[in-house]
Amino acid sequence: MATATITAEREHYLNTDYGIRSWLLTTDHKRIALLYLALITVFFFIGGFFALLIRLELLTPAGDLVQADTYNKLFSMHGQVMIFFFLIPSIPAVLGNFLVPMMVGAKDLAFPRINLLSWYLLVLAAGMMLYCIITGGVDTGWTFYTPFSTAFSNTHVIEAGLAIFIAGFSSILTGLNFVVTIHRMRAPGLTWSRLPLFIWSMYATSIIQLLGTPVLAITLLLVVFERAFGLGIFDPTRGGDPLLFQHLFWFYSHPAVYIMILPSMGVISEIIPCFSRKRVFGYGAVALSSIAIAVFGFLVWAHHMFVAGISLYSAMIFSMLSYSVAVPSAIKVFNWTATMYKGSLRFSTPMLYAMGFIGLFTMGGLTGLFLAALGIDVHVTDTYFVVAHFHYIMVGGAVMGYLGGLHFWWPKISGRLYPEWLGKFAALTVFLGFNLTFFPQFILGYLGMPRRYWQYPPEFQVLNVLSTAGSTILAVGYVLPMIYFLWSMRYGKIADPNPWGAAGLEWKTQSPPPTSNFEETPEVTWEAYNYDEIPAPEEVPVG
Amino acid sequence: MADTPLMTEHEEGLQHQFVDMEQQRNASSLGMWLFLGTEIMFFGGMFLAYLVYRYWYYPEFAAGSRSIDIYLGTINTAVLICSSLTVALGVKAAQLGKRKTLVTLLLVTILFGLGFLAIKGIEWYQKFEEHHVPGRSFSAQDLIEKYPQIHIDPAPTQIYFSLYFAMTGLHALHMIIGVGIFCFLTFHACKGRYTPEYHTPIEIGGLYWHFVDIVWIYLFPLLYLIDRKPLK
Amino acid sequence: MPEHIISSKLYIGIWAALMCLTVITASVAFVDLGPLNTVVALVIATLKALLVVLFFMHVKYASEKLTKMVIVAAIFWLLILLFLSLADYSTRGMVHSGML
Repeated sequence: MATATITAEREHYLNTDYGIRSWLLTTDHKRIALLYLALITVFFFIGGFFALLIRLELLTPAGDLVQADTYNKLFSMHGQVMIFFFLIPSIPAVLGNFLVPMMVGAKDLAFPRINLLSWYLLVLAAGMMLYCIITGGVDTGWTFYTPFSTAFSNTHVIEAGLAIFIAGFSSILTGLNFVVTIHRMRAPGLTWSRLPLFIWSMYATSIIQLLGTPVLAITLLLVVFERAFGLGIFDPTRGGDPLLFQHLFWFYSHPAVYIMILPSMGVISEIIPCFSRKRVFGYGAVALSSIAIAVFGFLVWAHHMFVAGISLYSAMIFSMLSYSVAVPSAIKVFNWTATMYKGSLRFSTPMLYAMGFIGLFTMGGLTGLFLAALGIDVHVTDTYFVVAHFHYIMVGGAVMGYLGGLHFWWPKISGRLYPEWLGKFAALTVFLGFNLTFFPQFILGYLGMPRRYWQYPPEFQVLNVLSTAGSTILAVGYVLPMIYFLWSMRYGKIADPNPWGAAGLEWKTQSPPPTSNFEETPEVTWEAYNYDEIPAPEEVPVG
Repeated sequence: MADTPLMTEHEEGLQHQFVDMEQQRNASSLGMWLFLGTEIMFFGGMFLAYLVYRYWYYPEFAAGSRSIDIYLGTINTAVLICSSLTVALGVKAAQLGKRKTLVTLLLVTILFGLGFLAIKGIEWYQKFEEHHVPGRSFSAQDLIEKYPQIHIDPAPTQIYFSLYFAMTGLHALHMIIGVGIFCFLTFHACKGRYTPEYHTPIEIGGLYWHFVDIVWIYLFPLLYLIDRKPLK
Repeated sequence: MPEHIISSKLYIGIWAALMCLTVITASVAFVDLGPLNTVVALVIATLKALLVVLFFMHVKYASEKLTKMVIVAAIFWLLILLFLSLADYSTRGMVHSGML
């Protein structure tokens, strides 16, 4: 109902103040979310650029595009950039920062200045990483295994390690802010069991960020100390154990993958009920499954080390624990599906991403079980099977959840609608491109093609060509939203406060929201996802 | 509009996102405890390394432990305990609005902190002189000769000292940060910023300081007291 | 945060206890107790830490259960790191008998 004139007069968080200082010194969680969006989008494309070079090299069996050392740097930088400067921040720092205060009915996060500080820390880290990339990068893999990283690599391990160390603090502070906000700043009447599932996911994610990231921090610091000062903690010639590094590294890096997927799951839990016009099936189970994933996720790390030399006995324990962590994830998939069953489905763009997520995450998750089985792992570890597995979860899962979330909340964030047909087209392009890129990699891995290799036997070429072809389609699918989101900020149709007819406090305020989020502090007397009470919008919003 | 919950009277020190001072205090306290939780995990990584290598290289750890000065270590432990006392008394002074007492206690705390760092510096210098700093000029020869009863393998002895420097070094870094925080607190306390109603920074600064003390309470026996029994 | 104000006498008492425990732990180190040396040292350290946490950091008088939960959770997580890693280190030397 809002007309153009009313929106132009109304003050909201975007037009309340102009100028670069008002952005760089803001403490408004919504503006900080956009600052993060800009930063991580840049790094997404940097990481994607490395991926394209990798796929280009792998078009032919021979190593003919780049040298072997360069190839090592390409996959290392691709991994580090994508994980630490895109995926880990992505949903928490962009959607979490924007939505958490609004979803709990607060004016801002508990510590707005620390929120800004955490952005600046990521900027500092990103600058160091850029410096590292420009001056030659690292070739240790994103995993920094010792003693190669400490004693033998001739690349900028110290700079990369310190960059990620600083990025880790950004992550820790974000998690800290969310936990305190969710515990202490909920609106009156908003009990834990009335919270949106996105909040439960963000809470679980924050716990992982708080408890896991410090271990990564100390591990990278010890690597830096060893390189810079000659300490011998991981040096085999001085009695050090390379596996100690791996234990410490994976203690964080396995839960890290849950930092990357839990927020996406939270997004899906918001999108599915909205576009099925139904309450979430089994709210309690879904909420607790997020906590269960966060806790169990810390108990499985050595499944990355099955063939590294750990004792067979501990391998068995970790294998068994790895099976158990699949259960809460499966519960979510069942409950989302049950939510959709007999719902009044509407296939808008966010719903397409959500449905794609469910299918691709399920495939990725099931192949994780293959890897958790010791016998199979011996054969497929360090092959493209693993690469396909984690890309199904990270890209088919996490990134699609991120894109779905961006599309779902874009009207709230920008006050504009994006062109729906383009949105659908991009979603389908991403889905097709993704499967063409990564499904052949399962086969390649099963057939024995090792990962991180820059040349391969000629019999693997066809599958590699298919994969590279898929990656170009995928790239198109990623570029499109960037273009039309930017376009929509100027030319998109003005959005209603609640174009999707969605439940949740964030939809009860204007689009874009005022700086203090709500005109009056809301008081919550209803359960979450009360879609039986909210009428569906009459017309499908199209941009 | 003036009566909506948005526009509450602005209490001195109340930030806009909080409803009242109690919420702000609870949030700040929870925030600091969560941060201390992350610090437990941060130091915890080094404790794992210590655990593994002490299990593997007990003789070398025993010898290394004997080579650091137990008297300086004990004095430093006492220094930190005294500083925790002054911090706790300082928080109490803030609760009671006793500005001069607060400032004095904060300054004494800083002095204790600097004293700890000075003693640590002396200890590090001792290690440097004895060629116990890991790296090219490391030598465990003096230990091998001094403790023939302990079968010392020179190579892994470096691991003890690597952990010694890493753990005490990071602890000292936290100490330096603590001193910095307390300088900031002292400056504001002098200006009368803290009252019985608002002294949260003193409380949470105190929590941080106590935590750094607790880390040392564990580092002391783990590094200094591995094996001090008389050798036959 | 408590507005319960602890008496200075109690603080000084805790301080004295901490100083005594420090002297004890340093002295006991010179006595041969075999493997018990480590146990005693760690028990005394934990006692000292508890005194600092409960009294100097006011946790004994804290009205918030959440504070205690945060402390317990962090310690528990540290123990996960230590014990699950030890599951590997302590079983590495096991002879492969076909069963294991």
